[in-house]
Amino acid sequence: MPGAYEVVIGLEVHVELHTASKIFCSCPNKFGNAPNTNVCPVCLGLPGTLPVFNKKALELSLRAALALDCQVNPFSRFARKNYFYPDLPKAYQISQYEYPIAGIGSLDIFKDGELVRTVSIERLHLEEDAGKLLHDDANLSSYVDYNRCGVPLIEIVTAPDIRSSEEARLFLESLRRILLYTEISDCKMEEGSLRCDANISLRPPGTEALGNKVEIKNMNSFKAVQRGLDHEVVRQTKILDKGGRVSQGTRRWHEDKGLTSEMRSKEEEQDYRYFPEPDLPPVVVDDAMLKKIKNTLPELPVARYQRLMADYGLSAYQAEIITTERSLADFFEETLHHYSQPQKVANWLLGDVLKVINLDAKEIDDTLFTPIHLAELLDLIDGEQISGPTAKEILEECFKDGKMPAVIMEEKGLGQISDTDELAKVVAVVLEENQLAIKDYHEGNKKVITYLMGNVMKITGGKANPQLVTAMLKERLDK
Amino acid sequence: MTAYEAAQSLQRREVSSQQLVKAVYERIEAVEPAVRGFITVLEQEKALAAASRADELLEKGQAPSPLTGIPMALKDNLCTSGIPTTCASRMLSDYRPPYDAFVAAKLQAAGTVLVGKTNMDEFAMGSSTENSAFHITLNPWDGERVPGGSSGGSAAVVAAGEAFFALGSDTGGSIRQPASLCGVVGLKPTYGNVSRYGLIAFASSLDQIGPLTRDVRDAALVLDIIAGHDARDSTSVPREKEHYADYLGKEVKGFKVALPVECFGEGLEKEIKDVVMQAVGKCAGLGVQMTEASVPSTKYALPAYYLVAPAEASSNLARYDGVQYGLSVRDEENLLSLYWSTRKQGFGAEVKRRIMLGTYALSSGYYDAYYLKALKMRTLIREEFVKLFKDHDFIVTPTSPTVAFKIGEQKDDPLTMYLNDIYTVTANLAGFPAISIPCGFVEGMPVGLQVIGRPFDEGRMLQFCYCLEDLLGIKGRLATIDIKEGK
Amino acid sequence: MKVNKKDVEHVAALARLTFSSEELELYTEQFNDILDYINRLNEVDLENVEPTSHVQPLKNVLREDCAITSSTDLREAVLREAPAAEHGYFKVPPVIE
Ligand SMILES: [Mg+2]
Ligand SMILES: [Zn+2]
Repeated sequence: MPGAYEVVIGLEVHVELHTASKIFCSCPNKFGNAPNTNVCPVCLGLPGTLPVFNKKALELSLRAALALDCQVNPFSRFARKNYFYPDLPKAYQISQYEYPIAGIGSLDIFKDGELVRTVSIERLHLEEDAGKLLHDDANLSSYVDYNRCGVPLIEIVTAPDIRSSEEARLFLESLRRILLYTEISDCKMEEGSLRCDANISLRPPGTEALGNKVEIKNMNSFKAVQRGLDHEVVRQTKILDKGGRVSQGTRRWHEDKGLTSEMRSKEEEQDYRYFPEPDLPPVVVDDAMLKKIKNTLPELPVARYQRLMADYGLSAYQAEIITTERSLADFFEETLHHYSQPQKVANWLLGDVLKVINLDAKEIDDTLFTPIHLAELLDLIDGEQISGPTAKEILEECFKDGKMPAVIMEEKGLGQISDTDELAKVVAVVLEENQLAIKDYHEGNKKVITYLMGNVMKITGGKANPQLVTAMLKERLDK
Repeated sequence: MTAYEAAQSLQRREVSSQQLVKAVYERIEAVEPAVRGFITVLEQEKALAAASRADELLEKGQAPSPLTGIPMALKDNLCTSGIPTTCASRMLSDYRPPYDAFVAAKLQAAGTVLVGKTNMDEFAMGSSTENSAFHITLNPWDGERVPGGSSGGSAAVVAAGEAFFALGSDTGGSIRQPASLCGVVGLKPTYGNVSRYGLIAFASSLDQIGPLTRDVRDAALVLDIIAGHDARDSTSVPREKEHYADYLGKEVKGFKVALPVECFGEGLEKEIKDVVMQAVGKCAGLGVQMTEASVPSTKYALPAYYLVAPAEASSNLARYDGVQYGLSVRDEENLLSLYWSTRKQGFGAEVKRRIMLGTYALSSGYYDAYYLKALKMRTLIREEFVKLFKDHDFIVTPTSPTVAFKIGEQKDDPLTMYLNDIYTVTANLAGFPAISIPCGFVEGMPVGLQVIGRPFDEGRMLQFCYCLEDLLGIKGRLATIDIKEGK
Repeated sequence: MKVNKKDVEHVAALARLTFSSEELELYTEQFNDILDYINRLNEVDLENVEPTSHVQPLKNVLREDCAITSSTDLREAVLREAPAAEHGYFKVPPVIE
């Protein structure tokens, strides 16, 4: 029976750090340039070149360590990880081994506002990224681009604490949120700036010993991680149900086929011959340095989520979505500096504002729409100067050119008609043309008011003040 | 003539840099067939162009250094932009780096004139220059003997008058041992004193670049140019700029010198011991105190060295895989055969032997038994030296246990070859500065004396050697080397 | 500790080196000689000794995070040195994944 086993998952997450230059040379850390343009003798590993460590990469790794509650090691150093591959120009990767920048930490994962699990982090270390290999279709040659080679990475290794593919996804989502909040990485999985390998094994429930584990590579999205793990649970369950043994090793996820295939068995595991990197002196982090980094850390997503509920009375659902992106939460709180009703701000943000943004697949601070725009828009609604539908129209305009709502309202003549004389004329015309409706009303069908209102709106282009019109219609009909 | 003397004539405008360059090229033409110290001799026009720029500066009194206009040579593991830099390996036989090593740039900025790149043991692995993939270099004192190594080419061209000075690199004695065997001065600076940027790495934690010169003063003048902090080498130590030449001629009375008994016992040829002890005896005249001392850990320096150096080398030389530069053998269209064939054809036997040894020392299950032990031994050696330097200024030893040996004599016995470095590796493991100066002759072949100093104490070390050199009175003999022409 | 031909073969594989059977034999012999000599280290009690991986007491050698793009000249020089390059890429025999 599937599900009869306990699923044990540990993750290894590689995160590219958001620096201007590479980890050991001054080449730009930039995605998407022409091949081999962001390279120099150092990152190409030319004979005689030497690495020099990027200060910002150190700071960002410390930030990550603090954000994940990791113990920062006072002494750390780089080590060489030796293996041959064309994307690795020196035939070794400068990484960390016995002395990583940080050790034990943890990350809480939540679902619908409930704590699901606290996942332990075993270590966090710094290393350089490798280049990129492209294979031509006929597979007669491969091509190497070293632009990515030397981009700073942190590798985060979790304990085998995760118990389902869904938890794995939740872990990655909350990790991503933290890394975005702290501006450690842009976490673009599609550009490879966040990558995840997973170790997975099954065991009979209630047992402690770990089963034979399989490492899965090449899962290039959160969805792929969940699918890959789901597939592996099914595959391993089948083996165990038949009384077989899962063979330990590394498997590759094929997104298109929806399955994993063996890359190498345990026997073929590589011997990396780690040793201390002689070209780089050790890193020593003292309390003063750590304190300085701590002071630059923003409020982390979970804390903010809880505060938004407590301070503004938001629902768990609202707080969850608003804190998904730091920019959105910042936008929310900034709007409240100019406008005092949190629920209205939350409703607009989560409703129409997000709808517009999602159409463009942008983040809110990449748009022309600012908290001042939203506050002014809400003021116009409250002052009955515009109707709801008009407000939505104005909102879309704001995104287009960044003009203020009041200006758009003026320019387009979208202001609400509250002039009673003007409205009285329209109401008179509508009633004149709908004698049958009046009859219905007097026979007890009060819904007719809505119908008549629709007609008023049609004539006024939606600008009539609905409260006023309702009042006028009632007055005339009840006379 | 030393570089300093030539520079004096240049500054007095008795001679021009172009004339010096021409003279050097004539000398090269005359003696190079009997020395074969160069892998690449630059086109004379190029050297003359650089010399004429130096002459202009000298004329205007704007010489950027005391050695402006002096012809010199670089070991062929120092990167020179657009000029072949081969490491004496088939792997890099056509390689032209796109950049200059820190020291090459410094020497260029100082107005010195590069005439060629010198022969060496392949990737600096060897003590005889017989491991060059291209040709052997002959000892200018006796063409049947080796010049030592790995900077054998640099030592030989300086001894033979084909350059006023040369740079070498020293990982376990590769400057000092050939200097000793060729009768020139060879200095290995403190680890971190000269930038390694652009030195093609052999063993990164041991490698240092240094000068091979005709006398101590020249060594000081060259070190003045190449020493100093470089932000591109993270192991380069930031410190205030020293002026090494200023130390020369100062009194050395009261200096305390230690003679480690371990370096004068078993394994040292008696004649060499006598020559070195004679030289040491003369120090008394300088008011220098000489005392015997014991440094037991030096016995273990060579075993430790032959783990650390090959281990680092195995990693440093992994990049030669035929993908980006250098030799690339693509007879079969698959990746493994590219690696195998390229490395099989590109590397010589000694390089392969050391890559193997180093790979083994680092491999899973052996790291603790070998590599880690060597690193611990390094600590002990360093500690013993630090202790000894508490009440001594210098340590004096022979540079090499023998004079230059016959070509081919040790070729097939790697372990015997390794023993050539027995007195020199200690300074590399500890990171201390050390220098070899000629101190006499055995059977007409030069003998070197090694002085090891405290970290960054090159100034006083040179000061001491300058006095000693003067006292020994053999400096003059160097200028009268007679080369058997032709061959 | 003695090494045999098989050990040497394994090490060769790690180092991406290949040897003939005779070469392997010779290497095994020389290896054992050298290791014999190296094993002298076992005479010393190193139990409580800290390893030295860097001789200078340097730490935190850092550079500012400042991006500089290499010149086109350099890029061209590098690709010119390449045994095989196409469209700005280094070309290698097929890498089967
Ligand atoms: Mg990694
Ligand atoms: Zn670079």
